[in-house]
Amino acid sequence: MSQKTVIKAVRDAMLSEMRRDPDVFIMGEDIAHRGGVFLATDGFVGEFGEERVIDTPLAESSIAGIALGAAVNGKRPIAEIQFADFVWPAINQIVGETARVRYGTNGRKSAPLTVRVPYGGGVRGGLYHSQSIEVLFAHTPGLKVVAPATPYDAQGLLVSAIRDDDPVVFLEHKKTYRLVRGEVPDGDYSEPIGVADVKRQGGDITVITYGLMLHYVLQAAQALSEQDRVEALVMDLRTLRPLDRQSIAQAARHTGKVLLVQEDTPAVSVLSEVSAIIAEEAFYDLDAPVMRVGPPELPPMPFSPVQEAAFMPSPEKILAAMRKLAAT
Amino acid sequence: MTSSSASGDAALPDGLSDSDLLDMYRTMVLSRNLDERVWLLNRQGKAAIAASAQGHEAAQIGTIKALDPSRDHFLIYYRQFTAMLGLGTTPSELLSGFLAKKGEPMSGARQFPLHGAHPRVDLFSFSNVVATQLPHAVGVALADKMRGSDAVTIVFFGDGAASQGDTHEAMNFAGIHGLPVIFMCENNRYAISVPIHKQMPLESVAARASSYGFPGVSIDGTDMLAAYEAVSAAAQRARAGDGPTLVEANVERLLPHTTDDDHTRYRPGDDIESMKTRDPLAVTRNMLISRGLLSDAEAGQIEAEAKATVNAVTDEVDALPYPTTESMYEHLFAGSRSQ
Repeated sequence: MSQKTVIKAVRDAMLSEMRRDPDVFIMGEDIAHRGGVFLATDGFVGEFGEERVIDTPLAESSIAGIALGAAVNGKRPIAEIQFADFVWPAINQIVGETARVRYGTNGRKSAPLTVRVPYGGGVRGGLYHSQSIEVLFAHTPGLKVVAPATPYDAQGLLVSAIRDDDPVVFLEHKKTYRLVRGEVPDGDYSEPIGVADVKRQGGDITVITYGLMLHYVLQAAQALSEQDRVEALVMDLRTLRPLDRQSIAQAARHTGKVLLVQEDTPAVSVLSEVSAIIAEEAFYDLDAPVMRVGPPELPPMPFSPVQEAAFMPSPEKILAAMRKLAAT
Repeated sequence: MTSSSASGDAALPDGLSDSDLLDMYRTMVLSRNLDERVWLLNRQGKAAIAASAQGHEAAQIGTIKALDPSRDHFLIYYRQFTAMLGLGTTPSELLSGFLAKKGEPMSGARQFPLHGAHPRVDLFSFSNVVATQLPHAVGVALADKMRGSDAVTIVFFGDGAASQGDTHEAMNFAGIHGLPVIFMCENNRYAISVPIHKQMPLESVAARASSYGFPGVSIDGTDMLAAYEAVSAAAQRARAGDGPTLVEANVERLLPHTTDDDHTRYRPGDDIESMKTRDPLAVTRNMLISRGLLSDAEAGQIEAEAKATVNAVTDEVDALPYPTTESMYEHLFAGSRSQ
């Protein structure tokens, strides 16, 4: 095992897969000699050359669409979208085209394509460098959508995404890149897509979340335990499509009280669907209505630091909601 | 835009024989007859939708003939009726798409006709969204270049698609990387109802190629030999590693956009009349007659054979069942069924 950051885990997953499989290549903006704006591909062009580390023009639709074409012709491309806020021009190529290749050809063609999308706020990114865009992809049959929160999950799930025979949208929370460190196995390993993970055991309340919010929830859970002697089970979804229905239902039944915590605006979000799953699968085991913590229904998110902090869920806000749920 | 080859007194292009010309004409006639039948089936309530290739046949057959179905990639759009037949799709397979019957080979009848992927040739069309196929083609060509393949990728699109951002992005990337791709624009001067002068301020789509650093050629799309020659030259360039070519075939759209359209609402009457003089079937028939390859009687025979084939496959496909509802759950992911 070694300690590393999330960005290092992302880099190491791509590095090992590009060394293992010559059909894996990466394309995106500023990824070659710049090494990516977050340095996810730092040093890649030196090892793999410009043929496999392709600096593209600033044109997101074609990044996705060209990667798709290469994928249906036997390659395993990784398409890097520089910021999630810039993925909108590529939505048609990802949601409209890539997701339907296998289905629309009745299984004759497939698109083993990984689209990496750095997303999320709390980084002073303002309205156009802070967005959570996961629900667009998570709503789409034919896509798999992964949103890891730890170095272990980021590396193991990115390896799985690249090896997957179908398209995977891989969401990396920008604030976790250098903030979050953790243990990662040294050898070849992968984590399965579609499986949620309990990151903390507890018998009093259940908190379900993903992405950066996992770390805020774990902080709040620790404080809740120390200050109130209330123990929270914390579930990290890790995969947003397909959702792990069975584990979600099991976690809800375990305590009968569920708090959903998200950075994305709550209305019609991924956790809205989680709430529906709990209603369908665990309604008679609930002891309280499902509660939610999320930002206000405003475009994410203000640039000004005071407003940004007010917009983002924080460990304090989450702790307050946990206390309220525990006392219900 | 007139080519000496259409007048019938020029030598045949390299690689084409007299019998090839007759085969190409036969395919065009079959395409026309099947195309007409599909419109009839639409009016009978059996074919939900059709986009016609009538007027585009010569450009399509000349193009296909210049390429190699055993190694090249064909990214078509919804008007490639003749190209499909030219690449060996049977009339029965093609018709089963229009009638959405069980066993339809491209998409299992999930998609509109001509969409999906071909069972024997690397030909595909993923969607109805205009111009999305151009970046796909560039990606296919990129993969070929990476592996040192000498395959050529051709992508078909209309003048309407030329306005899309994906067209610009695809051509730009292909030009930068010198990819083995042919951009084949079938310019019929109408994007549904919007005439070309409201789509672009230039005279020609081909003129844009210079912006991307590769050649653009504009040909008379009623002349199958001109299409053959232009695409042969483009394929040669691509295989030699010299990069993309944009070919613009100036064709007529003899029918409305689709079976749901009525072009008398927007096409001036003299425009509708004048386009009939540029029917590629008549142009090709006259060329073959003037070359001494075809008599009126033989032309009539070819027509009769096509009609008989179309009648036979109409009966055959009409009698086929629809796909089961069960089958719609297949192939969302590798080795899985959707719930």
